[in-house]
Amino acid sequence: MSSRDFILNKIRQACVSEPTSPPTVPFFHTSSDRIVEKFQKSLEMMGGDILPKGEKDPYEFVKTKLASAKIICPVVPEIVGNCPLTEYTTPASLQNVDYGVIRASFGVAETGSICLTDQNLLINTLGYLPQHLIILLDPTQIVENLHDAYARPEWKQVHYAALHSGPSATADIEGVLIRGAQGVRSLSVFFD
Amino acid sequence: MINLQDEAQPKGAKIRGNKPVDQLEAANRFIAASAHQKMHDQRLWDLRKKRDAQMHLIPEWEELRDLASEIKNHTLDFLADYLEEFERNATANGVHVHWAKDAQESNQIISDILKQHDAKTLVKSKSMLGEECCLRQHLEQDGVKVIETDLGERIQQLDHEDPSHVVVPAVHKTRTDVSKVFEKTLNAQKGNNDVHYLAEVQRETTRPYILNADAGMTGGNFLVAETGAVVVCTNEGNADLSANTPPLHIVTVGIEKIIPKMEHLAVFIRLLSRSALGSPITQYTSYFRGPRKDGEMHVVLVDNGRSTRLANKTFKPGLKCIRCGACMNTCPVFRRSGGLSYGSVYAGPIGLILSPGYNTHKYRNLPFASTLNGSCTNVCPVKINLHEQIFAWRETLAKDNELSLSKRVIMKTLGQLFASPRMYRTAIQTGDRALKYLPHFMVYNRLNSWGRQRDIPSTPKETFHSWYAKNYQKKEKRDE
Repeated sequence: MSSRDFILNKIRQACVSEPTSPPTVPFFHTSSDRIVEKFQKSLEMMGGDILPKGEKDPYEFVKTKLASAKIICPVVPEIVGNCPLTEYTTPASLQNVDYGVIRASFGVAETGSICLTDQNLLINTLGYLPQHLIILLDPTQIVENLHDAYARPEWKQVHYAALHSGPSATADIEGVLIRGAQGVRSLSVFFD
Repeated sequence: MINLQDEAQPKGAKIRGNKPVDQLEAANRFIAASAHQKMHDQRLWDLRKKRDAQMHLIPEWEELRDLASEIKNHTLDFLADYLEEFERNATANGVHVHWAKDAQESNQIISDILKQHDAKTLVKSKSMLGEECCLRQHLEQDGVKVIETDLGERIQQLDHEDPSHVVVPAVHKTRTDVSKVFEKTLNAQKGNNDVHYLAEVQRETTRPYILNADAGMTGGNFLVAETGAVVVCTNEGNADLSANTPPLHIVTVGIEKIIPKMEHLAVFIRLLSRSALGSPITQYTSYFRGPRKDGEMHVVLVDNGRSTRLANKTFKPGLKCIRCGACMNTCPVFRRSGGLSYGSVYAGPIGLILSPGYNTHKYRNLPFASTLNGSCTNVCPVKINLHEQIFAWRETLAKDNELSLSKRVIMKTLGQLFASPRMYRTAIQTGDRALKYLPHFMVYNRLNSWGRQRDIPSTPKETFHSWYAKNYQKKEKRDE
């Protein structure tokens, strides 16, 4: 008998229950008022920040942030960079990137998370190997909580997705919080 | 009290093959390192307080706990069906699914996958299942270099210690302890115990391994049957780096980690990090449903005793555990004795109920490392009846003749004493009178383990029974 059948048989012998359905989960909606504000507050708590809109050029502050960076890798048409991704780009080669600029699929107000899928990232390590990330997010794509987030269609379409809630962090030594553990050192969101 | 940064780190329980782990002995050494003990206690209590603050922010908190518990109960009842559904969906997405009866088979499957790819280096994100199976030691014997990428886990790997906590593996160490380890192993500056510097040293020294690794490994916090996906929660981003940088991604996960649908995932993600660290969510909540372009993904579903526990009604609820560590953070014994004192992969309250299931003889002392105060049960996000199971283990151990000699003698004597009211009353009277007059050294000595950490309560002038006998029994007789 294969281990698979051995395990499944053993489990089936242990469980003899009348068929039931799994519990259904309510959405726990409270209020969708000021959802963008709530997102911003949660994101800032998780160590991320919001880049304001410029007056003449809405991307003015994004560009200011990128001004001193050597290698910029944007995968959005709105921002110009100097490290285009090609079919020959390997995941590890993104280690020298200073800034990745990516569009998120959606945001979650409850936790200040943004969802980056393999379709947003093109190469998944773009979400982790650069030193910093700038995320473009359409504010109408912010959902209230995680129940809404997991009801989104993306989860059944992509091979990889991650909810990023601020930059990477650790508090493994004496509980001291450090932003920039293994992944990016900073994460800024720009609403457009 | 000695300065925290000058005090040497107390080491964990001494492991002697299959002999029962002496948790008390290791705990006493941890308590003796008073500055470490105090820091450990404060650090974990701080996590507990943060968890409470988060709980109060969520009006539906208790409803979420009920749901989580119901979802897990339901899933465990139909575990085989959900595992098959997961396998079907994951395979359709291009994932290779493997099944392992025990730790040995799991290690062998992983070894074989690595051999097929001629993989000699593996970057790993922390996984308790890996610890449970001694995977790292197995792979190292095979000539595979394994690098832990989680900061706490890396510290423990470099110091040749096990993780002392399921979420914060190096929580028992001070910055100086870490600095000493990094100075020896990562060529860090001597005496530099700045936490930012130490974390940066780890980042910079681990990165080259991640970039050049042949394979990456992660555990799994949840498996979703409906979509065939593995969900991993980390704060450092190390799981995403380990899984996305090398061409090969191997997941090792216990069969009990499965849940039916995406809607259920929301319940657990809302509870997990809030219960663990008191943060609303981990920095990264990652979802692996299939291999990436040009990549390969393997999932090893590991039983290792879980299906046996499933058949045991008393200890089955332990399979609901989502490894948040909330029970450890609240446990007065864990906070004072340090996770390594348990000498087992899983420490604290959850360790007390899981460990004897793996090896009853070796871990027979653990179910006694509890005050049975029930605090662990109160904070458990999936409502495991932890303190009841700890008590049930004590009964089981007594039945299986797995009590230590001293416990057996005490239990037998007390049993006889309690069985005879006359003997009990005489003993109490004699004892109370004796305590009043006995010199200190005769009461507080090595024979009285109770008195080692506490004062014996002062004895009442008179027992209730003798007072009742004097005032009422005579009267009752007169009235008759």
